[in-house]
Amino acid sequence: MEFLLTLINGVSLGGIYAMIALGYTMVYGIAKMLNFAHGDIIMVGGYSIFVFAATSFGTLPPWVSLLFAVLMAVIICALLGFGVEKLAYKPLRGASPLAVLITAIGVSSFLQSLAQVFFGSAAKFVQFPDLGSLSLGELTVSYSTLITLISTVIVMLALTLFVKLTKTGRAMLAVSEDREAAQLMGVNINFIISITFIIGSSLAALAGLFSLMNVPFIKPTFGSLPGIKAFTAAVIGGIGSIPGAMLGGILLGVVECFSNSVPTLAPYTNAIEFAILIIILIVKPTGILGKKRREKV
Amino acid sequence: MSAFIVKFKNIKWKRYTNYIGISLVLLVFTVLTLADSLPQSTLFLLEKIGISIILSISLGLVVGFLGELSLGHAGFMCIGAYIGGKTAELLSDVGVEGIFALLISVVVGALTAAVFGFIVGLPALRLKGDYLAIVTLAFCEIVKTAFENSSKESFGGPMGLRTPRFDKHYLFIIIFSFILVCLAVMQNLIRSKHGRAITAIRDNEIAARATGINVTKYKLLAFIISAAFAGVAGVMYSFANSTVAASAFDYNYSIEILVMVVLGGMGNITGGIISATVITFLNVKLTTMLTGDNAVLKDLVYALILVLIVIYNNAPALKYVRERYNIRALTDKIFKKRSDVSYDTDDEGKWDRVPTKIKMDELLSVDVVVRESVIDPDKEGKE
Repeated sequence: MEFLLTLINGVSLGGIYAMIALGYTMVYGIAKMLNFAHGDIIMVGGYSIFVFAATSFGTLPPWVSLLFAVLMAVIICALLGFGVEKLAYKPLRGASPLAVLITAIGVSSFLQSLAQVFFGSAAKFVQFPDLGSLSLGELTVSYSTLITLISTVIVMLALTLFVKLTKTGRAMLAVSEDREAAQLMGVNINFIISITFIIGSSLAALAGLFSLMNVPFIKPTFGSLPGIKAFTAAVIGGIGSIPGAMLGGILLGVVECFSNSVPTLAPYTNAIEFAILIIILIVKPTGILGKKRREKV
Repeated sequence: MSAFIVKFKNIKWKRYTNYIGISLVLLVFTVLTLADSLPQSTLFLLEKIGISIILSISLGLVVGFLGELSLGHAGFMCIGAYIGGKTAELLSDVGVEGIFALLISVVVGALTAAVFGFIVGLPALRLKGDYLAIVTLAFCEIVKTAFENSSKESFGGPMGLRTPRFDKHYLFIIIFSFILVCLAVMQNLIRSKHGRAITAIRDNEIAARATGINVTKYKLLAFIISAAFAGVAGVMYSFANSTVAASAFDYNYSIEILVMVVLGGMGNITGGIISATVITFLNVKLTTMLTGDNAVLKDLVYALILVLIVIYNNAPALKYVRERYNIRALTDKIFKKRSDVSYDTDDEGKWDRVPTKIKMDELLSVDVVVRESVIDPDKEGKE
């Protein structure tokens, strides 16, 4: 029973990682850059929820106020992702990837310190309506975990269908395959890159919500560690691959929960996760589902 | 006499600018500290700048000359700091103190870091670009976690390791002497046949292998030397501070070192030294200037400056502005040189100036585009 509960919690945590990892992997696939500021978009989403939930909590019914806060967070994050791409990354298109990486790092530290200026560096408690928990015999699962699980499944299905079936989604695949050829086929690169950033950032906002439902405290470095972990997840799954990000995220979440449930291993959880990453990469250098492309002079 | 003058004129001064610059700084401040006219804050600043310069030069070997992205340099420094600090502590128990204890600690710390450099270098043989970057980042986090969870007797645990301190007035002299050692190793390595091999691997690994360069050996060599000097910087850090806490060596610190290397110009040692100095100076000064409520503005200003500099330096749209108004063009104008030939030496190979067939962005990313050539013996085998 304990095992099953840990597994459910792990998959739910993994869902959060997967959602963040999707943002990394999509941006990597399409813009060929590591968006180090992605973790901080989660943080901005968290703070938006904190602000809007706090202002509307007394006046509106709890569920409505929560939905309103989430909607606002998604909109703010989407706009932020769009704006960051246009202002910071677009001027560097065609420059060396390291320059783009450093810019992303700069944007990340800019967003963190901006949050510090507005909200201070102390952790803030986020008020959520009490959702209760579901009892199935001996098993007690909180509704927030279930909501995270179900939402993750829905989001992933929707994203997979979007990429497979819609014209925009297929254009995204085409751009990630070969940007120049896609451009020749009439795909608007700027539009596709913007859409990618908007989708990735909206998912980050959702990930922010679900992380807050687990641990309702927010501080300016809220997104750093989940960001790094999700990046690890994306690489484990094979960066650039959407199913890979989902797989890597869930794997990492399950490992984290099981490691945390064993007292002697708990302090070493981060080290264990990173060790798994290194082992997987040594065995399969492009991640589990990453495509191996041949290289020629 | 005239023969001596001719000899003097023929010295390639460019090769020695780094040594001369560092030695001058060292000389001036040594005189000042002997005259006892340096305040604590300046000594602290000098120590920090010296450590940053060693880190920047050593990471420059892996990033700038080998062309591999490493996000875990602080991990090697962490190992150096802990092992060096522990060695000094053990030595002081048996009565060895002062400069001898420091030198022994440096050797032990650097060797341990070098061993870990070898271990991290191993996956580098199989991995490329961003995959390697995340492995180095993971390594740094693992090292940090291991030291944080160590027992109180061994490495101090989460509270950090208390380290014996060196005389505050003279520590920077030792740090700057190690910069000179580091420079001597790096510059001579880069100019030697081994260095040429390392840059050849950066420019085109497959071609390098085809010409008989032992890629395995040289990749490991670069990682080991780079890690060893990061270890030296770590030992210096442990002597400059009273405690070594693992939490200081997180990936943000690695990134700060990477920023120094990238802003200085990839594969440019002088640039690395200058940017390490400027960035550390700005960091320390902003921290002391902005106190109280304004303290949070420091990171904001720093991040903003960083993004603007990188965009100005790299945006393809600003190429014309950049070529017209840069320091090099200005100095060339003063010395009336033709700017297009004066600085094109081969050992300062910039990414965009080195003629390669694989573009750098393809090398650094995992998805190297398969170029269909007319003659392709494996064509039948594919799909």
